Amino acid sequence: MSEGTRLENANPVIFQRSGERVQTASEEDEDVHDPIDDREIFDILSINDPEHPLSLEELNVVEQVRVKVNDAENTVGVEFTPTIPHCSMATLIGLSIKVKLLRSLPDRFKIDVCITPGTHASEEAVNKQLADKERVAAALENASLLEVVNQCLSTRSI
Amino acid sequence: MAAESTLALSLVEEFVSGLQDSKAKDAAKGVKDGKFTVLQLVEALGSSLTSSQPHTRARGVHLLSEVLQECYGDLTEREVEVLIAFYENRLKDHYVVTPPVLKGLKALTKCTNLPPGSAVSMLRSVFQDIHVQSLMLSERACVYSMLINIMETREAELKGLGADFVFGFVQSMDGERDPRNLLLAFQIAKNLIHGGYDLGKFTEELFEVTSCYFPIDFSPPPNDPHGITREELVQALRAVLTGTPKFAEFLLPLLIEKLDSDVQSAKLDSLQTLAACVSQYEHKHVAEFLQGLWTSVRREVFQTSSEKIESAGLAALTALTSCLSRSVLSSDSEDSLSTFLDFILKDCKHHLCEPDLKLVWPSAKLLQAACSASTRASHIITVAVMPSLLEQYNNRTQCSHRRTLLEVVQRFIHSVKNCQSSDNDESVLLAFREALCSIVFSALSESNSSLQITATSVLTSLAQQAGLLVESDIELALDHLTRLLLTEEDDRVSLAVVECAGALAQLHPALVITKLIPKLKKEMFTEPMNQDQEEVSELHSHHAVRQRCLSALAAVSIQPSVVQESTPVLLEVLRSAHTGSVNFSVDEVVLTCRSLQRIAERVQDSEEAGRCFHDVFIPHLLSLALQAALQGEGSSGTRSPLVEEVVLSAMVPVISTSCSRLQPTLAGQTASRAVSLFLDGDVSFLPDNSFPSHMQLLKKQEGDSWSLSRLVCLLMGSVCSLPRSVEVPQIDKLLSALEEMSCACSHPLSYTSAAKCFAGLVNKKPQGDSLDSLIQRMMKRVCSELDSPSSSVRTQAFTLMIWVAKALLLRYHPLFTTLTDKLFSLLDDADLGPMAADGFSLLMSDSTDVLNRACHADVRIMYRQRFFSENSAKLVQGFNAAPQEKKPNYLKALSNIVNKLPKQVQVTELPALLSLLLEALSCPDQDIHLSTLSCLEPVLVNPPQVLIQQLEALINRLLALISSPAMSVRIASLSCISTLSHFPVHEVLPFRARVLRALAKPLDDKKRLVRREAVQARGEWFLLGSPGGR
Repeated sequence: MSEGTRLENANPVIFQRSGERVQTASEEDEDVHDPIDDREIFDILSINDPEHPLSLEELNVVEQVRVKVNDAENTVGVEFTPTIPHCSMATLIGLSIKVKLLRSLPDRFKIDVCITPGTHASEEAVNKQLADKERVAAALENASLLEVVNQCLSTRSI
Repeated sequence: MAAESTLALSLVEEFVSGLQDSKAKDAAKGVKDGKFTVLQLVEALGSSLTSSQPHTRARGVHLLSEVLQECYGDLTEREVEVLIAFYENRLKDHYVVTPPVLKGLKALTKCTNLPPGSAVSMLRSVFQDIHVQSLMLSERACVYSMLINIMETREAELKGLGADFVFGFVQSMDGERDPRNLLLAFQIAKNLIHGGYDLGKFTEELFEVTSCYFPIDFSPPPNDPHGITREELVQALRAVLTGTPKFAEFLLPLLIEKLDSDVQSAKLDSLQTLAACVSQYEHKHVAEFLQGLWTSVRREVFQTSSEKIESAGLAALTALTSCLSRSVLSSDSEDSLSTFLDFILKDCKHHLCEPDLKLVWPSAKLLQAACSASTRASHIITVAVMPSLLEQYNNRTQCSHRRTLLEVVQRFIHSVKNCQSSDNDESVLLAFREALCSIVFSALSESNSSLQITATSVLTSLAQQAGLLVESDIELALDHLTRLLLTEEDDRVSLAVVECAGALAQLHPALVITKLIPKLKKEMFTEPMNQDQEEVSELHSHHAVRQRCLSALAAVSIQPSVVQESTPVLLEVLRSAHTGSVNFSVDEVVLTCRSLQRIAERVQDSEEAGRCFHDVFIPHLLSLALQAALQGEGSSGTRSPLVEEVVLSAMVPVISTSCSRLQPTLAGQTASRAVSLFLDGDVSFLPDNSFPSHMQLLKKQEGDSWSLSRLVCLLMGSVCSLPRSVEVPQIDKLLSALEEMSCACSHPLSYTSAAKCFAGLVNKKPQGDSLDSLIQRMMKRVCSELDSPSSSVRTQAFTLMIWVAKALLLRYHPLFTTLTDKLFSLLDDADLGPMAADGFSLLMSDSTDVLNRACHADVRIMYRQRFFSENSAKLVQGFNAAPQEKKPNYLKALSNIVNKLPKQVQVTELPALLSLLLEALSCPDQDIHLSTLSCLEPVLVNPPQVLIQQLEALINRLLALISSPAMSVRIASLSCISTLSHFPVHEVLPFRARVLRALAKPLDDKKRLVRREAVQARGEWFLLGSPGGR
């Protein structure tokens, strides 16, 4: 990599992956209804970081305790934590999370994505952008933005 | 004479003026057959060669060259000399003459009797008069081939030419662009370097003219007829560049520069070239570039996004370090190895102190790559790194930090091992033995399970270092492992502990026998404390302890000496369970049998082990089973767990595995014992002999009781798994008893086992009339039962038939077709139809307990393909002819067959059956859906053209199955839909919107597993045709 594209944060703290969800007997039972729970949403969010070949989980950007779902009331709330307070990728990460959830959840859910309070310099501005439906839709009209988002959402193939 | 020259003249005339190219062949044939000589041909060509028209002259030379190409072997030395002089002179002629001249010269270079000096003069003329790069492609190839030919035969003369030859070559290849010619040119360059030609002052020129192609960037055009791949070019060029240390001063800076590139393949190529070249170099060649090389390699490993580049970088670092370690030091030069390792340590060591940051692993990997290069390197690095790692481990308190540090330590132990194989020096780690042991033991005493798991694998690595651990260390380790086995609840931990115990038992069997086995035995035979209070959790944990002890006993039993100690313990468990002296649950007894089976599978082959099986193992098991069966017959009061059918079924593989591994003499004895027990009631070889005499195990029992009759499964275990060379005594009597039992008995396990046993023996019986008549007799009986709808034993008859069919299919017996025909006809049967369809799955799959290779059965290769190709047409025909309500049976049979075919065959055969399989997807049976989907899935990965044509139909059916009531069908169809998204984009893009809409529904499925699959599939389809996606 040449000088111009130095990483913003070359040596981030790495967190342990939580491992595969353990499959229970009731999940294999045809008749039982499994509600959508926090862990399920969290598993959906194993998205790649645009800078590192690491998942958002390993960088602790997304944690299971910061994922809240209420299946009965049709709401999902996700808070994410940028690795450094000035991370320029924050909006992009938020957008990727939002798009991933929009694609992966039934449309009865209201999806709310925001930055963990107190972890980013321009927290409010980013939250506002992510909450604005029209701005999200407009961002996805932008081919180059959509390209980066899609790259984040592609399954890693090495 | 005159006739000969007229013939030559007319050929020349027709070729030169008539422009008939085929005449060149005739002329060559004329020379070969001796109709005229080359001299006569040249005379006949006279006027054409001296013509004032360049095109006529070219045509003349062309004919001569064509002839020479065919007949160069027949020329005399004198003729060659004259021809070479002529051709050399013609090089100065008009440019249209040059191509045929080069062709002629190339033919002449293949002559074995080139006069001395002519090769050199030929080359001089070519280099002087021709500018190679202004020639056409094929003429350039001609020049290169000339060089290759001469280098093969006239090496000494060329070397006399000195550096001029190199210069000539450099000039002629300078600017070459065609990959075919480049392969030739690279070969010449490689020969120059490896053949020891004097490169003189043209070393740099030769390097420049080849290295300008590095890194190779070439993608062959589609449908390339020449079949040149990028990889070929890369390898050819690499052989040139890495061929000599003389290139070092030019190559290394080039590699450093190219590593800076943003193109991944360039980086990879550079790293691989680096690893290849330093194997030839000495330290003086690399000394001045060490800093630069290190910086580049470090950057690639620290910031890489691809595992390939990372591992290439590490391999290059190992190669570089071992290059430096190889060099002999002179007293005044500095030690470049330690200088280099200093760079590495300076940049990497401090990262090891931050176990939660990203760079800890790349740093560790770099250090380990250097460490594994040589003993000296491993010494320097271990001494520098190990103390600080150990200290850190002791200072850190967080388990995740400690675990990372422990993992790093383990990889160091591993890399030290890699470089130590050859010499029997003291281990580098000897100085750290105590400290290493103490951190391992402290980690084993922690409560964190992942730390414990890591510690067991460190322990295994330490134990595998020859001469490192002393006896007291192993004893302590075994104590720790035993403690964990008895107390630790976590499955992953006990798995790791069992594995580690197995590894230690390989290396230290004596200690395992004295320390581990007695403790496990004691623990297993202790009754749970408060039995009366029925504390469920207590009982449960006691069961888990026993389970772990059993698997540990199985894991350590690989050496025969250990097996002799561990099997008596397990047999003791079975005996106590039977007598009821100690309470064992059915589950535990089954697990004991599994452990025995595992031991029988894994023990090292030896006389000792065979004796143990034959004398102890098999008689004891048979005796226990028989006792239990007799008790079960008369029984009242508490039932022995050995009466249970699951236990009996678990004993079968124990007996069959141990029989299959017996030496021939012992196997023969076992066979005759088993047969005389079952046929004649001979119980003399069984221990604890208190059996009634004259038991008739294979005869119909009083009141159709099955507790004795089902013991036939043990007979199957022993006689069906013997080596084929062992003859089974009284085989005819045995076979007819088995046939009778399988057709008459009403107990499923008994008649199925009898049928399997019969089939197992039929499979191994030598070819001949007695076998044929046996099969025909059996078929007659079976058919008569099957054909009478009122018969009560139709199921039994069918079972016998299907197993015998399998036995015959495996050995390609010609009578097999009789049985298949019957089987096909049964597909239309009202009662047995579905069973017949399932029977195809039995025919095609490997059976676990009989008729497989482990049982020494006669299994021909590719019997599945054979069955498929012989019968698929019949099946399709039957399907078309069958009435509507019977069609599902055919589809099920078909999908059972296709499902078991090897994937490669499926892919080639499926297109023909595709319409039938699509039909199967829309019939109502869920089992058929599932089995068809599992056939389709592998084919979808590389879709054949036929499938793409039917895409519409396929997608319709798959989308319909998304709402199937069976969740396994929903999951399978979603995963097929996900695979569909990888089809050629232009084919699937039209379906995108429809699929996305259909996939919205399963996102809200009531089952989580279905939702997971739906999320995956929908994500893939969203990426389709979208920027940044696919």
